[in-house]
Amino acid sequence: MSDSTASSKAGSASARSAAAELYTDPRGFGATVWSWITTVDHKRIGIMYASAALFFLLIGGAEALLMRIQLAVPQNDFVDAETFNQLFTMHGTTMIFLVAMPMAVAFFNYIVPLQIGARDVAFPRLNALSFWVFLFGGLYLNSSFLFNAAPNASWVGYANLTSTQFSPGPNVDFWVIGLSIVGVSSLVGAINFITTIINLRAPGLTLMRLPLFTWMTFVTSWILVTAIPVIAVALIFLAADRFFATNFFVPTAGGDPVLWQHLFWIFGHPEVYILILPSFGIMSEVVSTFSRKPLFGYPVVVYAGILIGFIGWGVWSHHMFTTGLGPIADSFFVVSTMIIAIPTGVKIFNWLATMWGGSIRFTSAMLFAIGLLAIFTVGGLSGIMHASAPVDLQQHDSYFVVAHFHYTIVGGAMTGLFAGFYYWFPKVTGRLMSEALGKLHFWTFLIGFNLTFFPMHFAGLFGMPRRVFTYPAELNVAEYNMASTIGAFIFGLSSLIFLWNLWRSSLKGKPAGANPWGAPSLEWSTSSPPPHYNFAEIPEVKSRDPLWTSDVPPEKPLAHDEEPLMPSPSFWPILTAFGISLTWILVMTRIWWVPLIGLALTAICIYSWAFQPEFREATQEQG
Amino acid sequence: MSMEIAHHPPTATGLDNRKLGFWVFIGSETLFFGSLISTYMVYKGASVAGPYPHDVLNIPLTSISTFVLLTSSLAMVLALAAVQNGNRSGTLLWLMVTAVFGLIFLGFQAYEFTHFVHEGLTIKSNVFGSAFFVLTGFHGVHVSVGVIWLLSLWILTLRGKIGKENSINVEIAGLYWHFVDIVWIVIFTLIYLIP
Repeated sequence: MSDSTASSKAGSASARSAAAELYTDPRGFGATVWSWITTVDHKRIGIMYASAALFFLLIGGAEALLMRIQLAVPQNDFVDAETFNQLFTMHGTTMIFLVAMPMAVAFFNYIVPLQIGARDVAFPRLNALSFWVFLFGGLYLNSSFLFNAAPNASWVGYANLTSTQFSPGPNVDFWVIGLSIVGVSSLVGAINFITTIINLRAPGLTLMRLPLFTWMTFVTSWILVTAIPVIAVALIFLAADRFFATNFFVPTAGGDPVLWQHLFWIFGHPEVYILILPSFGIMSEVVSTFSRKPLFGYPVVVYAGILIGFIGWGVWSHHMFTTGLGPIADSFFVVSTMIIAIPTGVKIFNWLATMWGGSIRFTSAMLFAIGLLAIFTVGGLSGIMHASAPVDLQQHDSYFVVAHFHYTIVGGAMTGLFAGFYYWFPKVTGRLMSEALGKLHFWTFLIGFNLTFFPMHFAGLFGMPRRVFTYPAELNVAEYNMASTIGAFIFGLSSLIFLWNLWRSSLKGKPAGANPWGAPSLEWSTSSPPPHYNFAEIPEVKSRDPLWTSDVPPEKPLAHDEEPLMPSPSFWPILTAFGISLTWILVMTRIWWVPLIGLALTAICIYSWAFQPEFREATQEQG
Repeated sequence: MSMEIAHHPPTATGLDNRKLGFWVFIGSETLFFGSLISTYMVYKGASVAGPYPHDVLNIPLTSISTFVLLTSSLAMVLALAAVQNGNRSGTLLWLMVTAVFGLIFLGFQAYEFTHFVHEGLTIKSNVFGSAFFVLTGFHGVHVSVGVIWLLSLWILTLRGKIGKENSINVEIAGLYWHFVDIVWIVIFTLIYLIP
């Protein structure tokens, strides 16, 4: 792109931002809050998703630190066994359902419509519904702490530990209802993104020209659409057992607790790929941009992602080798688990080959991407170790497994999301994040993370089981645990540096311009932050890296009255979300007709929503 | 940009967003019912106390209600054809027939459930009861939602709010209705017909 093009682009961008401000800027505090509550703009919803996920990250992180204090020395009595049960259950549930997933969804929301040259998602109001349902579900789940009744049966909630007989309190009620609510959000969101990516692509943007992040969003959404109903059924059975005294997981009546394990892991293993694939998408963008090279073997990376999506459905029982399914079932899942490592490995080599011979810039985003390559691979290798059933029998439910999945979920998913924050922050705020703080974050993260989780491999192999609130000194794992605790606090500190960097840079960061990284995809062709309608004219795409081949002409500034009409704000999504959440929560009363109150509210909201036009002329003036 | 363009943005595939999104939702629903049906099959014969399926299931009676439900799919097709041809009275007639057939099916189901409870089979009795009532109950809820949807469309058509230009509303309700019928074919075969 020539300099003159770039400057005219910047000029038009500023003109349009001014117009956008005139359009959307609400007057006064109350009006601002109201505009966020009723917003249907995918960018604002993305920002809300990210903020909520970061809030839950603080809660989940605090739970982790409390556990690490308890485990720092043998026979510690900092917290008791029951509190410890609640801490590890809520830590796992929070980090997976309320942090990693919504943080990825935040990027889906903000970035995907921009990457495909769309003005919004296919269903803007459903998008708002997804967010509010997620937020209400997350807050409800955490409200259990106020009643001293946080879920305590671990994030996998194995039957029949969760039965009324063994968990008579409301703890498991909070868990089963909270997850049901959050599941609604994921399902609605996934349908929305599949429709958006299929239907709202700009002219010329064929599937094999889609940016990798959009591709991985697409695959992830398909996994969500197919996996969520399975966990929904499992949760319905558990809720029915608890609230209506059914016998799904009651062995004395013929029920089988192993059914829970199957249903949970048929969802739970695809869930692992739901967590990691968005980060693989981010990786592909970041590595390509900061190596100044098109992604090596683009079709192979796409196909590997799709293959992971498919094979991810055939590996669930490797979580159940100790359940005793028999040698034939075990052999099948050993083989399928080893096979799924292949497309994952393919991606690793594609990123390495992309960097090979590129002119690499070691920005914070790139450091996190390279960090993912290194530490995710460690998690991948330990994964192949316990893909082998006999080996897994030794490692199952030990700290070795804890080390493994933190290397994949934190070292893979979270590291990729951190890279995404550094990469797209300038697009969202129009300002650059502090690179000095970013690098400090990266190195403290890398040291803290490895110091926390690497010793857990050894603690596990020496026989330390998961989910125990303390251990005897004779087990000889005290040093490993002390190292993990010190590492966890360094890790915690690094996260605070990250949050401080986000806050400070959003206020005082250097102006970024439309394309600070010289990146190739469409989201960088519009101004930073983008106007509320994203693109003045829908760009036409002629190649895989449109900004590197100068396919996309500079945008012309739009006068206020030329702005495209966007969907109007609506308060029905938040009210409907409230109705859906209320219906579920009222199930806790155990009186069959009480939830109908919530259902009636939901029905009223759905009808009002259906009859409210998506576009309203009157709102165009004051937004 | 005019209101019209904003309302009907051209899509990359030419498919209506709502229709595409609804197909994806139906895909998700197949996994939902698939899990419920699989559970029923896995638990077949697992009950340690009666009543057992062959004690209570009434195949001739349920065959009648199945016939009614499947016939309603024909009425749904005719309703969509009528609305696409701009035939308002035909739309009203066939939408109402579809909804009434759905209600008849629900009536049979209500009778069946009550009868089972009298025979001593409740959701608490055994794993058969749990799996049966949760599976057919969720199907019944789906039919009920469909009936409410169809009656809403009927009222809108009566008030002239639905016609040839927005027949997509009837089409999507039709997708849902046919899907619910197809699920019933699977349930009827696996639970009632196969001993």
